[in-house]
Amino acid sequence: MTEGADSLLLRTVGLTKIFRGEGVSVPALRGVDLALHPGEFAAIIGPSGSGKSTLLHIVGGLEPPTSGEIWLNGERVDRLSQARWAILRRRHVGFVFQFFNLVSNMTVADNVELAALMGGASRKRAKERREELLAELGLQAKADAAPARLSGGEQQRVALARAMANRPSLLLADEPTGNLDSTGSQAVLRLLGTAHADGQAILLVTHDARVASAADRVISLFDGVVVDDAAMALPRLGTMPGAAEAGPRLRAPLPDVLKLRG
Amino acid sequence: MRMPLLALLAKEPAHGYELKAQLEKVFGEAYPSPNIGQIYVTLQRLERDGLVCSQDVVQTTRPNKRVYELTDAGREALVSWMDRPSDGPRVRDDFFMKLVLSEHAGASDRLGLINSQRRHYLSQMRALTELMDACDRRIPQLLIEGAMLHLQADLDWLQRCQEEMV
Repeated sequence: MTEGADSLLLRTVGLTKIFRGEGVSVPALRGVDLALHPGEFAAIIGPSGSGKSTLLHIVGGLEPPTSGEIWLNGERVDRLSQARWAILRRRHVGFVFQFFNLVSNMTVADNVELAALMGGASRKRAKERREELLAELGLQAKADAAPARLSGGEQQRVALARAMANRPSLLLADEPTGNLDSTGSQAVLRLLGTAHADGQAILLVTHDARVASAADRVISLFDGVVVDDAAMALPRLGTMPGAAEAGPRLRAPLPDVLKLRG
Repeated sequence: MRMPLLALLAKEPAHGYELKAQLEKVFGEAYPSPNIGQIYVTLQRLERDGLVCSQDVVQTTRPNKRVYELTDAGREALVSWMDRPSDGPRVRDDFFMKLVLSEHAGASDRLGLINSQRRHYLSQMRALTELMDACDRRIPQLLIEGAMLHLQADLDWLQRCQEEMV
């Protein structure tokens, strides 16, 4: 390992993935090196087919890479058995999907509680954690409902509660707002912000620029390689021509669509 | 700013400062507040073009103020502006010019150009999000939402440019 790599939460080295079909090989990832610090919030963006979901799934252990290494908390995980990797994942990684993936014949409460139990919490602790999370997400009234009775935004909040049941150090999210309207997206975005403020690292894939711009870092993937990795600059007064003469009420650089046109 | 001023004057005559205050009240924090000089210059031009007329109102304790009023020609111009569909955003795009002409200019790193433009759009998106969070009125919120949708489209288009040109 390189110097300082010990302090990383997640690291991938030369990650590749080739999907092989009948006589054709499709490279989805062509050597991705990624490093994420504890508590960091990074968004992965890129056109469809750029490999962003594949990357997230591999990092989350949902599918194996073709070659390369994955390190989690200083431990190499890509060579672990499925069972070992699954245990590690339940303890350290939370996953949120575009289509929520809740267990449909269990109540909202049980969906969250089960995740805590599977992560090793005692029955009592799991119940406490479930109550805590549902209260935090404003879902107490829906605790005994079946997921299908909930709106998309509510289901995604349940999925977030489930993913956070074990206070994972890494939250992975694949298009978490992809299936939500603007209000639902905003709620999810707020929750991710809260998780981030609590010190959880977040790695999410999105095509929603609003979600991406909330991250500390935006990683652009194209054709299976990282083409840009940018720390998000915080908007500052006067970084755009026009901001100064617009007066003190305009605290941030704004697109020209907001300027008065003569 | 000509047409917004005509629209405000259509309701009742007003002087420059009142118009400035009204613009701020209607559009809120989403709009850069127009400076008063700009408003007076625009009013003078509107008067020169016969779309408004003005008269000085004598004030005893303060300097006289000039009150502007819509003329018939002004009302006509306003109605025709209201009736005419507005153009969508530009076809002439400054960034696209750079991208296409970068090779001529000897700076052929198109991916670099696209990356830095993407970073810029994303930081603008972040600024808009902060503005939206600080805003609790419906009209400014809608305006900000519109700007966000435009930005999203710009980012999608940037991706298309990358697919085709890099």
